[in-house]
Amino acid sequence: MAEKISNKERMKIKRQIMPEQDPLVRRNNFSEVNLGFTEELAKMEALRCIQCPKPTCVEGCPVGVKINEFIALVADGNFLGAAEKMKEDNLLPAICGRVCPQEEQCEVKCVVGKKHEPVAIGRLERFVADYERETVGIRVPSLKPNTGKKVAIVGSGPAGLSCAGDLIQMGHDVTVFEALHELGGVLIYGIPEFRLPKSIVKEEIDSLSKLGVEFKTNEVVGLTDTVDELMQNGYDAVFIAVGAGLPYFLNIAGENLNGVYSSNEFLTRVNLMKAYRFPEFDTPVFNCKDKNVAVFGGGNTAMDTVRISKRLGAKNAYIIYRRSDVEMPARAEEIHHAKEEGIEFILLSNPVEFIGDEKGWLKAVKIQKMELGEPDSSGRKRPIPIQGSEYELPIDMAVISIGNGSNPIIQKTTPDLQYNKWGNILVDETTMKTSKKGVFAGGDIVTGGATVILAMGAGRKAAAAINEYLISSNPEILN
Amino acid sequence: MHKILSATFIAPNIKRFTIEAPKIALKRKAGQFVIIRINDVGERIPLTIADSDSEKGTIDIIVQGIGKTTMELNSLEAGDFITDVVGPLGKASHIENFGTSVSIGGGVGTAIAYPTAVALKQAGNHTISIIGGRTKEFVILEDEMKKVCDEVFVTTDDGSYGKHGFVTDQLKELIATRKIDFVLAIGPIPMMKAVADVTREKGIPTVVSLNPVMVDGTGMCGGCRATVDNKTVFVCVDGPEFDAHKVDFKTLMTRNQSYLMAEKESLEVHECNLNSLASTQ
Repeated sequence: MAEKISNKERMKIKRQIMPEQDPLVRRNNFSEVNLGFTEELAKMEALRCIQCPKPTCVEGCPVGVKINEFIALVADGNFLGAAEKMKEDNLLPAICGRVCPQEEQCEVKCVVGKKHEPVAIGRLERFVADYERETVGIRVPSLKPNTGKKVAIVGSGPAGLSCAGDLIQMGHDVTVFEALHELGGVLIYGIPEFRLPKSIVKEEIDSLSKLGVEFKTNEVVGLTDTVDELMQNGYDAVFIAVGAGLPYFLNIAGENLNGVYSSNEFLTRVNLMKAYRFPEFDTPVFNCKDKNVAVFGGGNTAMDTVRISKRLGAKNAYIIYRRSDVEMPARAEEIHHAKEEGIEFILLSNPVEFIGDEKGWLKAVKIQKMELGEPDSSGRKRPIPIQGSEYELPIDMAVISIGNGSNPIIQKTTPDLQYNKWGNILVDETTMKTSKKGVFAGGDIVTGGATVILAMGAGRKAAAAINEYLISSNPEILN
Repeated sequence: MHKILSATFIAPNIKRFTIEAPKIALKRKAGQFVIIRINDVGERIPLTIADSDSEKGTIDIIVQGIGKTTMELNSLEAGDFITDVVGPLGKASHIENFGTSVSIGGGVGTAIAYPTAVALKQAGNHTISIIGGRTKEFVILEDEMKKVCDEVFVTTDDGSYGKHGFVTDQLKELIATRKIDFVLAIGPIPMMKAVADVTREKGIPTVVSLNPVMVDGTGMCGGCRATVDNKTVFVCVDGPEFDAHKVDFKTLMTRNQSYLMAEKESLEVHECNLNSLASTQ
């Protein structure tokens, strides 16, 4: 049991600060920014948890990690026990501990947080996962007897991986199809090394392989195999988790000039193809050294992009966002880190035109200033252009980071699924069932661009529903 | 890993590969492409599938060595492996019986025009092809084209083989003497633009296949965007074939030069490594 100390004493302990690389050092490297708790810091932080009889934090977790229970084990110094407890609900804890927006999910519900700062659940999750991996290696849970049922999962991002992890434990055969040459989806191509080291992603995915999940890279479902062909080839159910993956552009003049990127392209070149190590790796990216770089958007992807450009040597790196900082969708931590690293924020500003030189290269952006009006359908104050406020800002590279639409490949090749007008697949929200028998879908292809953990939550919901579907069609597998 | 079963130079710097890729061989249609990555540090490049054999489970690609990746690829031989081959990507060519069709290939573009010429013939077209090359040695796939097409014309820029002149000269001659219902043109951007200019005034439906810089090839990155009919398209999922009369060739040409400096650097490092390797042997 955790040490017998009163809640009053627990409340006296300040939220522990996670060590991180110095901003002036880290803005020149791609190593991880956050360094993680030490054992002492973790135990101290775990003591701040008052072990509520009705842990509201668990309700806030999209995958239902038994947060109170694993934190009690940390307080006891039983870190491996804590890891095991955590993995009952989440097989990818080192990833989630790094990229979940805990402040909006578990930590916002923390009772301690009502009067004090909430327990640092995310940092503890990260510590426990790292401790296990670095001391004894990732241990995998045991499996239920094999059911002989086969499930195809389309996409190896967060939704696909969490679904695969649950289904394999339930005793089904699972094959994950990935279009790219590496596994992990947005965890690999999207989130940069300094926020989520790729070696950690690989090790957590390896743990799924150890459980028996089969992974097939370079398979574009829809083109290499269609969903119908998967069903004909012996898969009893299919889970479509292909992500959003079709970048939006601003649709303003000059957008096809050289030097204008989508965040997806810029990030894929740098993260997946390792362009930051060009020419050791063959894929190039815009040479940011001593250049002016502008990233348009205010989400986490925009922050990742602008922080990369700084690391690639940008002289001035700007975030240009049409609302104010209050409305920015990025995590507070990411905004804070970006500012520490010298990123300049140009708020209430909207690009209206990209201006090129005679050779077709970007040289400036025309910006229009905005003011905030009444709230719009998103509940945020609507930005309204200020007439006559336009000015030109000299920039050499622009990255558009305003979100993603849905990729058309599945829709074109699986017309009998139902889609909304944006191309998102329509599903029953509790079971993730689509209109097509045996086919389920979840993650960004259903919701539009969201977070890693919401996609994982969808993957888990789908796994439960797929399990039920497979059992109800063959009740004998329960025996 | 995909084994290379055969690798033969068919023109200076232009090599034809037959590669094991059974699923792609089974699925691919004329006009589609693959993305390949040679090794673990390699970049992803798109290459149109020139031919396939679904029984043997192979596809053919024809590669002109220009940058580091294509030169490195062209140094591979039968028995070597390519790390990643993914596809078939992109939309298949729109094929129907137009009547009389002309398939034009300039340089290595003939490799891309060939499978579509085959499909046009199978659909019942009177199929004509024009093969253009700078000189005689750059005229490729002439025998293959002759097997499938009703008529084959060859032009060379220097007159060393076939008709002296450009593919557009031959095309104009054909248009002057008979009714042409459909033109497909694949080759260097200036050639495709010139063909588009010739057929536009005659109102002949014309299609070109674009080959911009790509990364994923599945619509995810938007790097391959082009301007067609004043709208932005993603060549990898909306194409690669488009109405030649609506393509903004100037933007296409500019965007293809985005990485010229980097490509030069990459190639220099590559050659430097080759030289130091040679000197130690």
